[in-house]
Amino acid sequence: MARLNSGVHKPLGPVFLLDRLRANRAALLAAFAVLAVFSLIFSIPLWVLILGGVTVLVAALIVPLPRPEPPPAPWELESDKDPLAGALLEALLEPGVLLTSRGTIYAYNDAAANTFGGLRGGDPISFSLRLPEVLEAVREVGAGGQGRLVEYVERVPVERWIEARIGPVWLDQADRADGLPKYVLLILHDLTNIRRAERMRVDFVANASHELRTPLAALLGFIETLQGPAKNDTEARGRFLEIMRTQANRMSRLVDDLLHLSRIEQREHIRPDSPVEIVEIVRSVLDSLAPLSRERGVEIVTSFPDHPVPALGDRDELIRVAENLIENGIKYGQSGKRVDVTVTADNGKARIAVHDYGPGIPPEHVPRLTERFYRVDVGDSRDKGGTGLGLAIVKHIMSRHRGRLLIESPPGKGTTFTAVLDTDGQGKED
Amino acid sequence: MTEHIVKQFDEDLKSLSEMIAEMGGLAEKLVAESISALLRRDINAAQRIIATDRTIDRLQHQIEEKAVLTIAKRQPMAVDLREIVASLRVSNDLERIGDLAKNIAKRVIALEGQLQPPKLAGGVDHMAELVLAQLKKVLDAYARRDAARALDVWKRDGEIDALYTSLFRELLTYMMEDPRNIGFATHLLFCAKNVERIGDHATNIAETIHYLVLGELLTDERPKLDHTSTTPVDYGTEDAG
Repeated sequence: MARLNSGVHKPLGPVFLLDRLRANRAALLAAFAVLAVFSLIFSIPLWVLILGGVTVLVAALIVPLPRPEPPPAPWELESDKDPLAGALLEALLEPGVLLTSRGTIYAYNDAAANTFGGLRGGDPISFSLRLPEVLEAVREVGAGGQGRLVEYVERVPVERWIEARIGPVWLDQADRADGLPKYVLLILHDLTNIRRAERMRVDFVANASHELRTPLAALLGFIETLQGPAKNDTEARGRFLEIMRTQANRMSRLVDDLLHLSRIEQREHIRPDSPVEIVEIVRSVLDSLAPLSRERGVEIVTSFPDHPVPALGDRDELIRVAENLIENGIKYGQSGKRVDVTVTADNGKARIAVHDYGPGIPPEHVPRLTERFYRVDVGDSRDKGGTGLGLAIVKHIMSRHRGRLLIESPPGKGTTFTAVLDTDGQGKED
Repeated sequence: MTEHIVKQFDEDLKSLSEMIAEMGGLAEKLVAESISALLRRDINAAQRIIATDRTIDRLQHQIEEKAVLTIAKRQPMAVDLREIVASLRVSNDLERIGDLAKNIAKRVIALEGQLQPPKLAGGVDHMAELVLAQLKKVLDAYARRDAARALDVWKRDGEIDALYTSLFRELLTYMMEDPRNIGFATHLLFCAKNVERIGDHATNIAETIHYLVLGELLTDERPKLDHTSTTPVDYGTEDAG
């Protein structure tokens, strides 16, 4: 269990001589003891005795010590020793890892380091990429198999479609002769853009057809009534047309929200990187929502830090987050007559908190609010013009920013929605 | 990991970790696939999952054998011993996770032919998403020996519990609404419970990592938000909406 000695060479001088003596003290003592015993038994003269002692001493100082074994050289990336391999890996532009035929990491490029976050040379690749199909392919290729393509889906933290390309690297004829490649090259090719676009269409049709059916059925019903029984009833016509307008508006909002959600999902795997200022965003949203709060008789109490709060993000999307949360606060917390909007920044995190003093949300609904079309009270939400997608949109925007949405609603104390963002731009992937 | 004079010992420890990582990858895949089989009612996928579970069991046996052999041969102490004990414990949890995923797959087969509103399974999907994130994080924490990340997983399990409580109530409502729903709702409830148990195993692994890295047990009470086992069901006032 001992660590290996570090092989530091000692300098010559008195310290060195003392060290030598100390190292050999057992042998020296034994030699002197033997000399003393001999002198007693064979009565050897004193000068011979001293001569013998000095000889032993000099011998102990002169005979070279065996050199301590040099420690193994610290593990080095192949790209440090071989500039061509490193440069070629970098030139892939996609995450690329060069593995030994046994499946341990030999070299990798910056893109791979960014993707995995914890690559260490000499470790098995399975520490960083656990997918059974990929590991299987690496094993097969390492044992002399053909190159393989493996497509897989990464579900967390955001959905990504990835094609792993695993190919053998043959360096010379000797490798080919024994049928084992020297290295295995693993490249991760991102297919998310293509697959997302394909799935977006399917999802959109499924969601839209399901959710648009109700307002559409209502519209058709009223049109038939207007064409038939209520043909000449001007009073009913006015009322019906009003309802039809509300339903049509709802449908149009629903289509807008669905499109918006799809667009965010489409880009969810790309983290936004333009600098934005949180306080300014929240202020501008508050300005645009002032008429609504006046109309509903809700007072908005704000508390902002006196310095700007910069973060990396997408301005339009963050406006959407603030707008959704504050608008919800005004609409669903109307009975509390007051909404607190707070922005705080600490420990590299910015928080936008919206607290209303309304009836709150029953605890069994809280964890599910961000699911699509999940409504606590279907009728109430529809009356208020909700599409059931607002918080789903907020959640996806936060997940694109690698942030979080926290919802707290202790009974009788109103509801707090908090959007948490990294301000230093290097938040953990969670 | 500190280096040992006997190189083979390092190799032994590393290959134990490697086997755990591989087992973790398999467990993650089984969980993800069992949920997608449940959502799409895919019988073929379910049968594949049931077959794959055997690979996990085999890996667990191998890990156990290797761990016992390493203890016998190398007489490890301190962190090395914890390393081996941790691999035993983690492999146990992963094997259980595989079993739970297999159980979900079996229910997919049992559910065949019964009608089922897609919205309900959406709740299970949401739960599974959280659990998969937890599982990935805890396995990453194991590979990097990162106790802080493991502690984060340990603290976050409450969210899954809360979601399970919510789903439990919703399914009860469905059952009370129409007795014909009881069949699939019960199966779905068990699936949700399985997913929740998988989350618990993830926190177990987090505890093991904490023990492995710091050498002490996590003894604090974990934040609990699952109240279903103590919630009485009130038939009279339940709102059937």
